[in-house]
Amino acid sequence: MAAEKAEMDALKKECDGLRAQIEAARKAVNDNTMSGAAGGVASVGRVQLKLRKTLKGHLAKIYAMHWSADSRQMVSASQDGKLLVWDCFTGNKLVAVPLKSAWVMSVAFAPSGNLVASGGLDNICTVYNIKAASPKTLRELDAHTGYLSCCRFLSDSEIITASGDTTCCLWDLETGKQKIMFTNHIGDCMSLALSPDMNTFISGACDSLAKLWDVRDGACKQTFSGHTSDINAIAFFPSGNAVITGSDDCSCKMYDLRSDQEVIGYQDTSLNAGVTSLALSSSGRLIFAGYDDFNCHIWDSLKGEKVGVLSGHDNRVSCTGVPDDGMGVCTGSWDSFLKLWN
Amino acid sequence: MSTTNNIAQARKLVEQLRIEAGIERIKVKTTVFCHVCVSKAAADLMSYCEQHARSDPLLVGVPTSENPFKDKKPCIIL
Repeated sequence: MAAEKAEMDALKKECDGLRAQIEAARKAVNDNTMSGAAGGVASVGRVQLKLRKTLKGHLAKIYAMHWSADSRQMVSASQDGKLLVWDCFTGNKLVAVPLKSAWVMSVAFAPSGNLVASGGLDNICTVYNIKAASPKTLRELDAHTGYLSCCRFLSDSEIITASGDTTCCLWDLETGKQKIMFTNHIGDCMSLALSPDMNTFISGACDSLAKLWDVRDGACKQTFSGHTSDINAIAFFPSGNAVITGSDDCSCKMYDLRSDQEVIGYQDTSLNAGVTSLALSSSGRLIFAGYDDFNCHIWDSLKGEKVGVLSGHDNRVSCTGVPDDGMGVCTGSWDSFLKLWN
Repeated sequence: MSTTNNIAQARKLVEQLRIEAGIERIKVKTTVFCHVCVSKAAADLMSYCEQHARSDPLLVGVPTSENPFKDKKPCIIL
């Protein structure tokens, strides 16, 4: 008993010491803020994007969307039990994938364009071949013990999933088995994003933390705190050196990876709605953040100012995405519509 | 029983914090995570935005004739 208590005390002391060390290292390099440094940067002015297309076809709330790497096709998921693959240049539906479980929360396009994946309250990530004559289920990745909140393909043979069971997982699609489990969050994982070089990924969770992981060795390299509620959305800045998060605490934050700390926050007293989704323009200068207030607000990532809004949905904006070529923004909503803006 | 669990959890937490503080147990010497100053990090982010601003369609705008998402309406002959 006494020995165990002694060990607990020693471990607690070491934890406190390490936490202090991490904080001290952050403070030592905290010689400015992003908005302070960007004081001299020219303002982007008012960003006014036009609604170009409204994609109608889903019969219930849209929960997720993901652009194909070709910047033309896009897949959306709705709790009407369908995935729809769209040609966004014409507005036509190319493929409809009926889901075994209608409670879908996430969808992803493989970089090759051959596969899509989805999952949700069934705890399973199902991978479909959409190039077959009719969509064929390729794999059912069934090992999470909680809902599937997000999935992203590394290639046609590997996918990373985030789950309400607080873990993320790297799967081998040839075998259908888990390769690596990423365990460290203490709340449901809600969102994940791959780094541009695909060697790392970040996750946001209900423990209000964002974590950076090494894809190959499973280690959690960095943890970012500051949010006061669930992190629902997360994205890499295009250079790979920073991470943007969106939270139920109604704010977004940018964390710089090399200085290991928050460098700017995006909040407005008039915005009292949680952030559901976010995407960056190709230069990283604009952040498109979907909110529960039915709008997608546009932020200047460097100056921290709100510079525009995409209004038009009749319900919560649940998903937002910018294609690789940066030509537009897609917003998806609980009103069952997807809208394309530029 | 529960104290053993707590100790196991505490050990895991110490291991994780060691990683985040940059102390690698495998390496012979302890390396502290080398941080970049926020001012340099911010400068690099600003520089990236500036370099890519001219090719960011959502910043500079998309000419109507080249807009892939714009609905192509049929021409009306008056």
